Amino acid sequence: MAEKLLEIKNLKTSFRIRDDYYAAVDNVSLTVNKNEVLAIVGESGCGKSALAFSIMGLHSRAKIDGNIYFKNEDIANISTSKLNKLRGKHMGMIFQDPLTALNPLMIIGEQIGETLLLHNKDMTKSARKEKVINLLEKVGIPRPEHVYEQFPHELSGGMRQRVVIATAIANEPDLLIADEPTTALDVTIQSQILDLIKDLKEDMNSGIVLITHDLGVVAEMADRVAVMYAGQVVEIADVHTLFENPLHPYTRSLFNSVPNANEEQDQLHVIQGIVPSLQNLPREGCRFAARIPWIDASAHETNPELHEVQPGHFVRCTCYKHFNFPEESKEEQQHGVS
Amino acid sequence: MGFLKVEDLKVHFPIKGGFFGRTLGYVKAVDGVSFNLEKGKTYGLVGESGSGKSTTGRAIIGLNHITDGKIEFEDKEITKIHRAKAEIRKDIQMIFQDPYSSLNPKKRVLDIVAEPLRNFERLSRKEERFKVQELLELVGLSPESILKYPHEFSGGQRQRIGIARAVALKPKLIIADEPVSALDVSVQAQVLNFMKEIQRELDLTYLFISHDLGVIRHMCDHIGIMYKGRFVEEGTANEIFNEPQHIYTKRLIAAIPDIDPNKREELKRFRAEVSTEYEQAYNDYFDEEGLAYGLKPISETHLVALPEKG
Repeated sequence: MAEKLLEIKNLKTSFRIRDDYYAAVDNVSLTVNKNEVLAIVGESGCGKSALAFSIMGLHSRAKIDGNIYFKNEDIANISTSKLNKLRGKHMGMIFQDPLTALNPLMIIGEQIGETLLLHNKDMTKSARKEKVINLLEKVGIPRPEHVYEQFPHELSGGMRQRVVIATAIANEPDLLIADEPTTALDVTIQSQILDLIKDLKEDMNSGIVLITHDLGVVAEMADRVAVMYAGQVVEIADVHTLFENPLHPYTRSLFNSVPNANEEQDQLHVIQGIVPSLQNLPREGCRFAARIPWIDASAHETNPELHEVQPGHFVRCTCYKHFNFPEESKEEQQHGVS
Repeated sequence: MGFLKVEDLKVHFPIKGGFFGRTLGYVKAVDGVSFNLEKGKTYGLVGESGSGKSTTGRAIIGLNHITDGKIEFEDKEITKIHRAKAEIRKDIQMIFQDPYSSLNPKKRVLDIVAEPLRNFERLSRKEERFKVQELLELVGLSPESILKYPHEFSGGQRQRIGIARAVALKPKLIIADEPVSALDVSVQAQVLNFMKEIQRELDLTYLFISHDLGVIRHMCDHIGIMYKGRFVEEGTANEIFNEPQHIYTKRLIAAIPDIDPNKREELKRFRAEVSTEYEQAYNDYFDEEGLAYGLKPISETHLVALPEKG
């Protein structure tokens, strides 16, 4: 049986705007097992990065409600000093933008060495250097002794991202959170970095939370997928189920709006309207309802919940049962007439 | 008879250094690129960052100086576009990558979209306003938005303002430099659909620069693959995606993540094969400096960079 590594229960991360708190992550419950990649998919503003930052305790001014159990210990509201013992050692994070994640005034070797130093006080300097060079080798950086002495600006984007990954895995964390790890990279480097993350999962038996908006990356990496919209999880399933049988209107719309390199289609599906801003999020009813106005209001639940349609496959709200793309229903009507 | 003809284009940037900023060498960003655009079609320039695809686009419209080569637009030479007639400069416009930095935050939408009109056409205030409103309607924004500022719009809407500005003078050629890279997928779909629509409506030709092969496949009729400032392969979308010949193109196409999770293993094997082939055949496809050879035709439309001997 899969071993639970991280369990998020009813997590609510709210930000203060003027005098009110607005939840960017609203009642999210998820689990990540050992040796598993959980992908979190959604567009900008859906709360996926806010969720990642909540797990790592990186929000400085947010209000966090709910529980985050990491190895059965609630880390949602523990002190920073306790958290610091976990972060970098048991939990690692790969940030999206490798240029801002690295200190421009510190040589690569010292940046990676810093995490080692913080968590292994009795490691000798030479042992540390050896370990760092090993790590650089592991992430596929050529001439690691040379790169050790270099500054971030001397490296290319792909190399910098590898350095960020090396830092995240320096202490062989049990949980690795990768926030859009390849968004800033070219495809050939992307495939190398993804292979690297896969290898690390196998080697260290870690759980990985992969945050991305690229469905191709999800198809290649994930074991399970959670789709987020407007702060909520709208669908969770294992990767095969989700790609073969996506149910929630948002998931289906997302799939239809991606240009596919293998297929020719003239027009892409466009989701009507825009992602509501944090203050304007509909807090009641189905949050996606406004973007599929052709679906009758009675199709939605008043308080949409996640329904288990198959073991392990959850969908929020009942509107998926009545959902059809407008193009499809037009065709149906035409067929009906003729 | 060509619409846009680029011949042996070279853009070299000097590397300054040492005493008094002497020129120590050159970065050959674009090093001998030739291609033709057909009217009403979309030509895709693909490559990784640093391959020179953006520099090529910028050189055509005159945002980079040109070291050598020739550019012809409707049979008139426009290599020195700054000296070309205003008529021709009106015909070529550009859409930029980042809708957040390509619109002046201090200007109202009216002034942003009207700027090219003010430069090239004499319109009264009233006419100008009417024209801008018409353009905004064309890109699907409400005519009332003319008094708003860029920050009041979402990314997709901003990109559409950029497009309205680009089509204001009824150009014939639009150079789109990564027009959707900064956008979310659903917004990206919106902008791509819309670009196709106005292409039909206004009979536009696009030079579409992107690193996203999915988007390129969706948009383009012809594709040129660039590597280190040179073309490695050129052909129709079908030829490039289904029968790639150059080892670099093969590697690029193998690296695209597949949307079907069941193909994971297959893709992994395929990638491993391509990557061994790439390592083994590298010397056959690139010269001593690691640059691509000149293009050789293998069919009427399909050209591949192969060494002289064949």
